[in-house]
Amino acid sequence: MKMRDLNIRNGVVYDPLNRIDGERMDIYVRGGRIVETPVKDAEEINASHMVVMPGGVDIHSHIAGTKVNVGRLMRPEDHFKDVLPRTGIRRAGVGHSVPTTYVTGYRYVEMGYTTVFEPASPPLKTRHTHEELDETPIVDKGCFPLMGNNWFIMDYIRENKYEECRDYVAWLLEAVKGYAVKIVNPGGVEAWAWGKYITHLDEPVPRFEVTPREIIRWLCRINLELKNPHPIHVHTNNMAKPGNYETTIETMDSVKDMASNTDGKPIIHVTHVQFTGRSGTSWVNVGSGAPEIADYLNKNRHAEIDVGQIVFGDTTTMTADGSFQFLLHLLSGNKWANSDVEVETGAGVVPFRYRRGNYVNAVQWGIGLELALLVKDPWRVHMTTDHPNGGPFTEYPKVISWLMSKKSRKRLLGKINSTARRRLTLGDIDREYSLYEVAMVTRAAQARSLGLTWKGHLGPGADADIAIYNLNPKQVDPSKDYLKVRKAFKKAAYTIKDGVIVCKDGEIVETPLGRTYWVKPPLPEESLESLASNISGRFKEYYTVEMDNYVIDEGYLANPQAVAPAR
Amino acid sequence: MLIRGVVCTVCGCCCDDLNVEVVDGRVERVENACSLALSKFKHHSSDRILKPLMRKGNGFKEAPYHEAIREAARLLVDSNYPLLWGWCLTSCEAVKLGLELAELVGGVIDNNSSVCHGPGLIGVQDIGISGCSLGEVKNRADLILYWGSNPVNAHPRHMARYTAFAKGRFEASRGDRKLIVVDVRRTETAKLADEFYQIEPNSDYELLTALRCAVNGEEMELNTVAGLPVERVEELADSLISCRFGVLFYGLGLTMTYGKSRNLDAALSLVRDLNRKTKFLIMPMRGHFNVTGSNEVFTWVTGYPFGVDFSKGYPEYNPGITTISDVLRREECDAALIVASDPIAHLPSSLADTLKKIPMITVDPHRTPTTEASRIVIPSAIVGLESTGTVYRMDGVPLECKKILNPPPGVKTDFEVMSDLLAEVKGLLR
Amino acid sequence: MVGECLVDLNGRFKLVTGRTLIQGMGKERGKFTEEYLKEISICELDPEDMKLLSIVEGELIIVKTEFGEAKLVAKASTRAPHRGVIFIPYGPVASLLTSPHTDGSGMPSLKGIEAEVFKG
Repeated sequence: MKMRDLNIRNGVVYDPLNRIDGERMDIYVRGGRIVETPVKDAEEINASHMVVMPGGVDIHSHIAGTKVNVGRLMRPEDHFKDVLPRTGIRRAGVGHSVPTTYVTGYRYVEMGYTTVFEPASPPLKTRHTHEELDETPIVDKGCFPLMGNNWFIMDYIRENKYEECRDYVAWLLEAVKGYAVKIVNPGGVEAWAWGKYITHLDEPVPRFEVTPREIIRWLCRINLELKNPHPIHVHTNNMAKPGNYETTIETMDSVKDMASNTDGKPIIHVTHVQFTGRSGTSWVNVGSGAPEIADYLNKNRHAEIDVGQIVFGDTTTMTADGSFQFLLHLLSGNKWANSDVEVETGAGVVPFRYRRGNYVNAVQWGIGLELALLVKDPWRVHMTTDHPNGGPFTEYPKVISWLMSKKSRKRLLGKINSTARRRLTLGDIDREYSLYEVAMVTRAAQARSLGLTWKGHLGPGADADIAIYNLNPKQVDPSKDYLKVRKAFKKAAYTIKDGVIVCKDGEIVETPLGRTYWVKPPLPEESLESLASNISGRFKEYYTVEMDNYVIDEGYLANPQAVAPAR
Repeated sequence: MLIRGVVCTVCGCCCDDLNVEVVDGRVERVENACSLALSKFKHHSSDRILKPLMRKGNGFKEAPYHEAIREAARLLVDSNYPLLWGWCLTSCEAVKLGLELAELVGGVIDNNSSVCHGPGLIGVQDIGISGCSLGEVKNRADLILYWGSNPVNAHPRHMARYTAFAKGRFEASRGDRKLIVVDVRRTETAKLADEFYQIEPNSDYELLTALRCAVNGEEMELNTVAGLPVERVEELADSLISCRFGVLFYGLGLTMTYGKSRNLDAALSLVRDLNRKTKFLIMPMRGHFNVTGSNEVFTWVTGYPFGVDFSKGYPEYNPGITTISDVLRREECDAALIVASDPIAHLPSSLADTLKKIPMITVDPHRTPTTEASRIVIPSAIVGLESTGTVYRMDGVPLECKKILNPPPGVKTDFEVMSDLLAEVKGLLR
Repeated sequence: MVGECLVDLNGRFKLVTGRTLIQGMGKERGKFTEEYLKEISICELDPEDMKLLSIVEGELIIVKTEFGEAKLVAKASTRAPHRGVIFIPYGPVASLLTSPHTDGSGMPSLKGIEAEVFKG
């Protein structure tokens, strides 16, 4: 049994969920959990002059499952650039924008991350997602089943059968061992299955006659009633279209009236808003809609977002939004993969390079940062790159440095397309994130949003998932020395998982298998039986697998952890 | 006892609606099985290997399991450049271990798609792929095209379960769909088609390119293409453009003929081009029940779907160099581990002869020309009958197989054999 | 043009190998069964080509490619017309005739190979 007792001495601690902001203090670990008092015979870590934070929590990163693997298959050229030989501890693999599963786990841990969620898994193929997650070492993880284009749900909405719909959603989460309700381009991916598009929230889905607005509202209401730990996680319609910031605001606004039932926690999470935060009417005048969205978020507390920041360079786009991916293929001329899934959803993959000199890409870069800097409440704006859509997750340290240093932003602003530079308001924004705020947007806020109350903080009882960074806040001014910030966050001095040191000075030293979290909403036995018999007829008619084979046993997962809903 | 929802482990259809009646440890009856499946379920006990075997002179002697494992491990560890081959007729769980083993011993690991649908995967690397799951075809397709594929022979329930004869939500019957076949012979599938286009062998690339011309509105200055009059080519292109939801299923007629992966470049490009006019998808008719699974596992562990060389300690991929046919032609391997495959029977004979010259360890349920030529043979349980395991259907849908029978006494699963082999190798390398 | 005679008097053909139902069932049953061994030793020809070369149903013929030669049993194809094309099911006999060259693709040539047919 690996040593799970630690006394971490003298670190400079940032623990926003417990309101600790750069206090010099010890952190004690016994049996893999944080405890209040020093532990006898524990391993001692001298964290003097180093930043101590909870382990990173990534709420939205495409790391496992069918579309990710199509991405890997399609991009041997991505792999050749970045190879990892095996060591005594580490498996071999390849990296860059579509890393293999082992490399994914290692590289997250090297940056001090300890929990990652795959945000888009088609239920019919979620067994594949779990197979890949089970081969993603060290980090705790989970996946979000896609529901926004689901035939059963759309039929229930049209037939106005709320209770059955609610029971179906609960059943589905358990059946595929998913963590949250994911909605991608609601109704739009079903339209794309016919090669068509949906362009506004009240446009009826072909042959289903329900609207995106209805899908979002029904699933929001159901998600609240089931008391699931995470709000509905929404990738809006009109991805990438100029002017789509209006869709983002409309989407957030579409469920505002349901917010009064909650205790102030957001009831809708809108994802990678950089891609859906554009103003303008064409590719010529497309601009940043970040100020408008930030304004909305500053006035409305029921919604939260993650950024989806882009990083210049070569990467791979992949989403469940098949229609968007085809449009990107047409725009860029790059190779394109499509993967529609019966009854449920779709997906697409297109390699892409973001260029500083390209007007639109430069605007995109600005939008993400403007969102992060203009939204005042860091609890509700999570830092992501929508890996790998905006850029590989290994670029997070770069993004952190942009948030913390106006100087670093100015430097890059000077190199981007000059028209974009003129039109963005980014250059006028002085705000710089503190380490406390960085801790919020890279760990505390995500953990809270996911309802993982035992993660993302360093209070007693929390899982001992800890990151120690070689960064002395007394000596380093992140605003000026942003390169030091990047270096520190790139390779953690220590990454600790459940009290075990798994990474030291950026080198993996242990590779335990993390947990796969899934949500078990309460469904009374009678409802379960009634649901099964209700759907079995249509299941057989629509699908090409048996219902019993569709359901994934908990025992299939290597290290499952059911989470009971509690808000 | 009737076991419902059994996943069939023969072809890439992976039908999961088989109901199997098991009485006294034998299969009495199977519902919903095609002739290939029936053959497997009824005759699984013929020609079985029951005990581990080690070469003695021209024959074999039975050996204790652990001795066979030890010898096998030693062979692999001592070799310079071992070949690990097969992986498509076994579970994903076994494939994962095979990859770890290849990494440890620094060998080249390749799977059956290298001599089968590999060119299609190379095509995806060049072009991408407009794909979908089979239920999309069942529910939506009004045009189905089989190209160089004869499902009546190799995927008997394909058309009834997923395509022309299936009942879907939006396309309810055969009459709602158009069935087209392109092939060099009038196959059984061609006889069922609404339109059959017979082409000259090795001319698929020309025809696909001509279709792309027609689809993209370009002039063709030829009278015939691939043995067809150009009017027929234009007629085919019109059918493709005017459908609502078309699907091209292709078989080895494209991957194995002149042009190889270039044929797939052309087919994948044609389907991509068609998406500017209508909704069109393409899917390979994978021949075995877990070729897709082995590609998936290879890809998420190494980044590449087949032909992975670990001799430098990290995965390297170069079809034409790191693939079995080329590795054997260069006579570079000095040992081989073969899992659930029969390369001696199926590889071109000059390559099979090379393989016979090196010590082979074969893990297989049945006696085959490959086991007959091996130095060590370890019997294994049949996935989907005698062992559980995850497999992937031709459209990437993962399914878990059931264990409905016990294997012969003492016979282990591929997963168990690979686990033991891996542990032994790790011990030797320490 | 398909349908025209592609066969010259020296009996040059294109060889296509592939799956058949019986070969598929046979391989599940066992690769040393009579049924399997029989099926994989068959060579299907267009009946018109058989007439041209004076080959009768069931006769032993020799098929030769650049890579090897094999004795097979001639059978009239039910999938004619396919003048100039012969078909042999996958298996150890077909493997004697197929090409190990992958043209840099990894894929050996198992279909569309130049072949000669002689009376056996």
